[in-house]
Amino acid sequence: MNETAVALAPAGYKSEVKPVWCPGCGDFGVVNALSKAFAKLALRPEDIAVVSGIGCSSRIPAYMSSYGFHGVHGRALAAGTGLKIARPDLTVVVTGGDGDGYSIGGNHFLHACRRNVDMTYVVMDNRVYGMTKGQPSPTTEPDWDSKLSPDGTGLREFQPMVIALASGANFVARGFTGDPNGLAEILVEAMRHPGFSFVEVLSPCVTFRPEQKEWKKLVQEDAFTPTADAKEAAGRLMHDTGFDLGVLYAGGRAPYAPRGPRAERPVEELERRFVL
Amino acid sequence: MSGKSRVARQALPGSVEEFMACAYAMEVEAAERYAELADQMDTHHNREVAGLFAKLARIEGKHRDQILARMGWEHGPDAAVFRWETPEGPETTDYGELHYLMQPYHALRLAEHNERRAAEFFERFAAAPVPEDVRAAAREMAEEEREHVRLIQEWLARVPPPEPGWDEDMDPPAVAD
Repeated sequence: MNETAVALAPAGYKSEVKPVWCPGCGDFGVVNALSKAFAKLALRPEDIAVVSGIGCSSRIPAYMSSYGFHGVHGRALAAGTGLKIARPDLTVVVTGGDGDGYSIGGNHFLHACRRNVDMTYVVMDNRVYGMTKGQPSPTTEPDWDSKLSPDGTGLREFQPMVIALASGANFVARGFTGDPNGLAEILVEAMRHPGFSFVEVLSPCVTFRPEQKEWKKLVQEDAFTPTADAKEAAGRLMHDTGFDLGVLYAGGRAPYAPRGPRAERPVEELERRFVL
Repeated sequence: MSGKSRVARQALPGSVEEFMACAYAMEVEAAERYAELADQMDTHHNREVAGLFAKLARIEGKHRDQILARMGWEHGPDAAVFRWETPEGPETTDYGELHYLMQPYHALRLAEHNERRAAEFFERFAAAPVPEDVRAAAREMAEEEREHVRLIQEWLARVPPPEPGWDEDMDPPAVAD
């Protein structure tokens, strides 16, 4: 990551495009926190790439002044991984929602954690598919009763932090959009930490899950004590309320790096190695 | 998280400069948030409330600039990541308080709430074990915020309260029912 001495205010990382999210949406807090984090790290907008998939939250690249890529559903991590490998000088931040990241892109999530490429994945979790009008997502509570899920799905929720930790993510944390300053601090740590950093962000959907406005009364700030011990982190998750905030795990695994200067190998050598 | 002490997370200010840096951060955050809220309302074609939030943003921006002038600062202290005891500064409106059909009355009630919290915030500094010149500055700022509360209340008195069912939309933009 290139941290340079540019004096850019957080507003300098926001584009001229006004978000079309519903007023009251938690995702505004992520744009706010990301811009503050970029400012704190004194990154140049041209050294940042924000990559996303599909969904309300995946609109974020348009709202930032950095490079951006609004990809296909569930494939944001694949695009972000390729970009980081090709351009390791860029700070790559992948953004998306719970449906995009844990369902359609669930497999990419597992392998992004396992590969440990040096980038940050921010998931705005509102426990619903908002853009398509309120279907249950992988993190929706089993008893959430709605017209589209009468009596609830009865399905156990996906556990993003457990999965991230078990799959090898090198940094695991949870933030809340109602605390953009606290979230900005977490994002700063996530971007500074080498390897794959996963930040689960509780981001209320005021349109389809208005009851999530109560989250601000449930969250527990700085509830996690950061540890580099995966076993200790796993033990802590066993009594996680789902509203515990902070950095859970900051591991020491070396990030993925391509072995050798592949681009400099002669074509003949590559041809020889691929001959069946 | 809400409803706790409004004193900044940092140690109590040991000088007027430190105290005013805190006040400056509060005004910056409030002004930027009102501007964001104006954009949100504008995007959803609620022009009246958008205009009101934009006006509040300008007012808070003026307060921010007054602090710069008073302190003789060319640029304000770094407010990129300023932590408060509560999630955000005392004059900052929670994103979650907005509704696309809200009326000027609602916006002014939010502003009144913010100004009241700001006054309480400074009153705590005025009563804290800090140097006397910091206490004096805090008393002055608290009085200014109380004056803002009075102005907002006068403004509110000229605005009709919303009718029951103000948030009912006969053609809702997003509904699963």
